[in-house]
Amino acid sequence: MTHASFTAKGDLLYKPQLLRNRGNRLLTGIAGAFALIAVIPLIAVILFVLVKGFSFLRPAMFFELPPVPGQDMGGGIGNAFVGTLIVTGLSCLFAIPVGVGGGIYLSEYGSGNPFSEFIRFGTNVLAGVPSIIAGVFIYGLIVSSRILFGSTFSAVAGGLALAVLMLPTIIKTTDEGLKLVPQELRWGALGVGASKFVTTIRVVVPSAIAPIATGVVLGIARSAGETAPLIFTAFFSPYWPEGLLEPMATMSVMIFNYAQMPYEAQVQLAWAASFVLVVMILAMNLLARWISSFAQR
Amino acid sequence: MQKTTLIGMAASGSDSLYTLRHRPASEKLLDTSFRNLVGFLALMVAIILIGIFIVVGSKASEAIGAFGLNFIVSPVWDPVRDTYGAFTAIYGTLLTSVLALVLAVPLGVGTAIFLTEDFISPRIRLVISNMVELLAAIPSVVLGLWAIFVLEPFARPILQLIHQLFGWIPFFSTNPSGPGVMYAVLILTIMLLPIITAISRDSLNQVPQDLRQAAYGVGATRWTAIFMVMIPAAISGIVGGIMLALGRAMGETMAVTLIIGNQTSFNISWFAPGNTIASLIANQFGEAGELQMSALMYAALVLMIITFLVNVLAQWIVRRLALKYE
Repeated sequence: MTHASFTAKGDLLYKPQLLRNRGNRLLTGIAGAFALIAVIPLIAVILFVLVKGFSFLRPAMFFELPPVPGQDMGGGIGNAFVGTLIVTGLSCLFAIPVGVGGGIYLSEYGSGNPFSEFIRFGTNVLAGVPSIIAGVFIYGLIVSSRILFGSTFSAVAGGLALAVLMLPTIIKTTDEGLKLVPQELRWGALGVGASKFVTTIRVVVPSAIAPIATGVVLGIARSAGETAPLIFTAFFSPYWPEGLLEPMATMSVMIFNYAQMPYEAQVQLAWAASFVLVVMILAMNLLARWISSFAQR
Repeated sequence: MQKTTLIGMAASGSDSLYTLRHRPASEKLLDTSFRNLVGFLALMVAIILIGIFIVVGSKASEAIGAFGLNFIVSPVWDPVRDTYGAFTAIYGTLLTSVLALVLAVPLGVGTAIFLTEDFISPRIRLVISNMVELLAAIPSVVLGLWAIFVLEPFARPILQLIHQLFGWIPFFSTNPSGPGVMYAVLILTIMLLPIITAISRDSLNQVPQDLRQAAYGVGATRWTAIFMVMIPAAISGIVGGIMLALGRAMGETMAVTLIIGNQTSFNISWFAPGNTIASLIANQFGEAGELQMSALMYAALVLMIITFLVNVLAQWIVRRLALKYE
């Protein structure tokens, strides 16, 4: 039908009543509606966490312990805040050396040998391991066997469980960041007599420091919010941190425990802790973007 | 390096300056030990991965011996009589992740198309893209808290309406009154959206502009070009993103545990409480007896194998479907 009118008049004007143009507008509308539906929960989540969490937040919360469930109001998230910093710090201590070292191996020594292909495959598989499995693994390896000086639940165990989750991110970004370093830099360094070790440490790694740091910060941001690996490793404690081999409260586990309680004081603390956690993680994501903007220059 | 000796200098002229530099033993030692050190650190990945299978497998061995493969098909999870079957949890895991994908794939891919076409100004596109990435950074336990206090009260009247209209369908046969499977599906959908949107958007952006212009040039409309040219060209990335999201959904623990109701008995209705493997572990691990702990480890092993298969399949699909444009 359209074909006849087209050849008769020979004009090339846009005809909105044509079936294909109507279909086009319909599909555009559907895609727009999908985008709108997808954005609404995004805004709702971010708004609720920021607004509701902030409304329950008091500066004194960072210096107080949580109250006894069901008895009094008030109290704070001080122990959980410190605990999150300690457990995340421990996980960095374990994951960064192994991750950066493994990434250096894959990029600098591992071109084309089957071992490094296997490690790359393993890194992808490890990245897909559910976070609760990391918790179950460390529970079976360390907590239930009491291998660490007889301690059961401990901050170190929690840090190790988080490190298992951080490791693939750090290895991958290090590997990819080092691969972007121009080959000429390596040849230049080797050409003036530097050994492979000196070339790698003094020339290749420093010039890829921005992507490596981006990966590390993203890995920290991901692990700081993880809960599942911590509930059977670092566990929880209503007191201030007593030592690295003792159970330790973290904000994520605090949110999980208190969200299920029927008491208003605990629920308010859970919202406040969510606010602090989300702001910390968003700040780290912005930091990662800021660092990676150096890499693109 | 100062000790470099130039023995062959006189014999063959200046060329030997480049060939006969003897590296001191300490430098060689440093080189090889550094290589071995980073090689060992890389090996840690394999050690951890194999370690996970060994630790979880050995802890599960008691339950594997007691229940065998019957564990997968038996829906009875009874700590009182010490009989365990994970069918309800496995079914719940597959059901919640597949339903969440059914909701999230059209929304996510539609949003990705919307973000890569020139429907709206680049500035608004950038704002939406950044917000999608922000959502991906929000911890799942915070989403669980949000689901309890915001999503459930909001969605309950809608689910009740569906129950009244379509209650004769077994899937909608329960009147939603508390936590349930459908809320878990909704929160999973919200968690999967950023993953699917971001990966689909990146793969659509990587399709060369020439392809789109060629499609327009032969008379294709915008949506003909999208369906016949852009999506087929980007399909490997999109499917890879969907499979990644599926793996993430099946392993997701905290948000689901908080909202799914943690009911161990089987119920066909999507509005009733249920559980998934991950929520079963998170919920029962703390107070589990000996055989129950072993059964939970067995369930963890099953989850591990399912996600492993999904991830390997994802990598294979991405490689298989990848089209190269140079």
